[in-house]
Amino acid sequence: MELIRKDLPKALLLGNEAIVRGALESGLSFATTYPGTPASEIGDTISKIAQELGIYFEYSSNEKVALEAAGGAGFCGLKSLVAMKHYGLNVALDSLLPLVYLESPFVIVAADDPGCFSSVQTEQDSRWFSKIGFLPTLEPADSAEAKEMTKFAFFLAEKYKIPVLIRMTTRVCHSRSTVKFSKIIPSRKKGKFLKFPYQATATDTVNRHKKLLKKIEKIKKESEKTKFNYFLKNKSNLGVISSGVCFLYVKEAIKELKIKASIFKIGMSFPFPEKRISQFIKNLDQVLIVEEVEPIIENEVERIAKRINPSLKIYGKNLLPKYGEIKPEDVLFALAKISKNIQTIINLEEQQRLLRGIKIEKRFPTFCPGCPHRATFFTIKKVLGEKVVFGGDIGCYLLGSLPPFKMSDFIVAMGAGIGVSYGISKATDEKPVIFIGDSTFFHAGLPALINLVWHDGNVLVIILDNKITAMTGGQPHPGEVIKIEDLMKACGVKSYEITNVYNLKETSEKIKKLYSQKGVSVLIAQGECRLLKIRKLARQGVVWPRFEIIKQSPKLEELKNFSCPAIRKKKGKYLIDENLCWGCGFCQQLFPENIKIKL
Amino acid sequence: MKKNKTFNLVIVGYGGQGVITLAEIIANAAFAQGYEVKQTENHGLSQRGGLLECHLRFGQEVFSPLVKRGGADLIISLDLFDAFSSLNYVNKKKTIILTNSEIFSPYPFKEISPKKIIPFLKKISKKLILVPTLKLIGNISKETSMINTLILGYALGKKLLPIKKKFILKAMTEKIRPQFLEKNKKIFDLGIQVAKKH
Repeated sequence: MELIRKDLPKALLLGNEAIVRGALESGLSFATTYPGTPASEIGDTISKIAQELGIYFEYSSNEKVALEAAGGAGFCGLKSLVAMKHYGLNVALDSLLPLVYLESPFVIVAADDPGCFSSVQTEQDSRWFSKIGFLPTLEPADSAEAKEMTKFAFFLAEKYKIPVLIRMTTRVCHSRSTVKFSKIIPSRKKGKFLKFPYQATATDTVNRHKKLLKKIEKIKKESEKTKFNYFLKNKSNLGVISSGVCFLYVKEAIKELKIKASIFKIGMSFPFPEKRISQFIKNLDQVLIVEEVEPIIENEVERIAKRINPSLKIYGKNLLPKYGEIKPEDVLFALAKISKNIQTIINLEEQQRLLRGIKIEKRFPTFCPGCPHRATFFTIKKVLGEKVVFGGDIGCYLLGSLPPFKMSDFIVAMGAGIGVSYGISKATDEKPVIFIGDSTFFHAGLPALINLVWHDGNVLVIILDNKITAMTGGQPHPGEVIKIEDLMKACGVKSYEITNVYNLKETSEKIKKLYSQKGVSVLIAQGECRLLKIRKLARQGVVWPRFEIIKQSPKLEELKNFSCPAIRKKKGKYLIDENLCWGCGFCQQLFPENIKIKL
Repeated sequence: MKKNKTFNLVIVGYGGQGVITLAEIIANAAFAQGYEVKQTENHGLSQRGGLLECHLRFGQEVFSPLVKRGGADLIISLDLFDAFSSLNYVNKKKTIILTNSEIFSPYPFKEISPKKIIPFLKKISKKLILVPTLKLIGNISKETSMINTLILGYALGKKLLPIKKKFILKAMTEKIRPQFLEKNKKIFDLGIQVAKKH
């Protein structure tokens, strides 16, 4: 793997890989994660090298547990890191805040997703947590900074005994740029737990708070002097303050517009470098603040300007998008407006006008060919119709909310499908049907199921058991050692069935039966993730069966509702593309006379 | 390529076509040739079959990894249908669109005619180049999975990429699994030759 090759002085790395390299150059010994895109590659990269470098690594059952484990290892003096997507931090927050009081040194990487490329819940900004939790916070702009800031995060964590947050964004996670390598520091196998300092008592909490505030004042001095907060001075009354990847768009725009402006790059946004920003804005007439997503730096600058330079004209979210990902042209547009570069504005608007009125058709996200979820959704709709309340959850199967299935009336958060469905069952006479994946069920579905049993909710839970955390790239989960059906028994679920989702008849009968019962019922819908199965078969050189349509018929129109990417209509005839068919054979069960296995 | 210039490339296609692999090959080759390289990708929600969009910028000094609106020098589309979704980056004055002439998979059961897309792409770009991939690959293999290397060869043959062949070959050797490498190289060479003749 390039990341740990000793003969390379530098390499092109993803932001996520650069985080890992930075951790290795800090002596990483303990790492945990729950997979979540855009952060997934952090765990996946560590998982590939952990054994060779003697690092303890695990995919944990959820982000809260992952963070607790990293906090525990931090107590014992091991260099530890936990990675997650932004929503993961919501889950872990309950444990994170007291771990700040309790002085566990570890590094948290949370990846925000401006533009929600792979997120469906909210478009949140993790930097609010820096303020709630008193978390020193770093915001890399590219891979080189991601590496350097990870090292700085470990330095701060150890020096001040505090968890440190690295706030990534999708664009930084998923960009490749040059990273220079330094020496990897060997990991430590075991640490030591010192008993006394962590015996927190309730009466001590206020004292710990007081101590923490003092500590933050000290860390503020680091923020004032760190090389990650710096400015490029220019003879101009215009200044630009930016953080994260936006800094690169600022440089690009200034170069293109050929304007003079001083630039302040914020790399450490909490504690805020108040003195340096004061110096920077003192003699400016105008300043533009460019940051994703919320106006957090902007608010700080406004506050400081009131005292230092009340006549300063401050631009920010009034010129730039308040939601969605910030693009290079947004920054160019804002700076062109401020510097009154009319030609650039005209050019940008002209380009937009060219596309106005054109409906750009984009490819829909869809289930893979042969995906077990497609079979499950199809069968359930066939048996129960469309009027049932369908609850969704987080995973590949959220694609079941799209046409032709349209079978999620709500998608809330990991595991929330069961809890919300339970509320609906209590508030109405409905029996909602909720789809939840196996990994999501282990993550946060289990407590909701227990509540459902305890208070006798009327819900049919479909656990889509594809044996893997599929959407984030195929990571393992507790199903490796814990059987879901054993949990049903232990949780007191009286009515549950296991089915093979590729068997239309078996699954239909079980759904009919379970839905007709009042109370809690569960269907464990088994079908291995086809993408992983096909990869396995391809690696072993095994050829899987393909299917073909041997007889056209008007009734094949029903295949529209099945929506398999391998089945297409060309010049009025249905055909199966043998390059795309992954051989699940479900379509053949629907039309045994028309579809046959290809020999 | 001129000294101060940054080359802006957008690659589109759908999950499973090797869009990211193609971007990585070109990125690593440009890196080996001594350029500063920035590359980024948009993953969608789906593992297979969803739209993928990769941006690649290289030159002496590059800041943003994203190509700006109307900023592409070259757009490579591995499926004609997806060329349509890259319009945001097209600029009449400079953008060349190099695309698969075929629509392999729009979405199930919706027939979209190339005739609807091609005239439009022609109208808004500086130049549209169609690669008859099915016809070409049909001579070597039944599989459509190596369209990425075919089009890469074609781009090189047409001198659309300011990167030397030896660096591309080195990057291919690093990125493509050994058992598929020879076949990919063969298809890559076919792309180069056909482009020179066309």
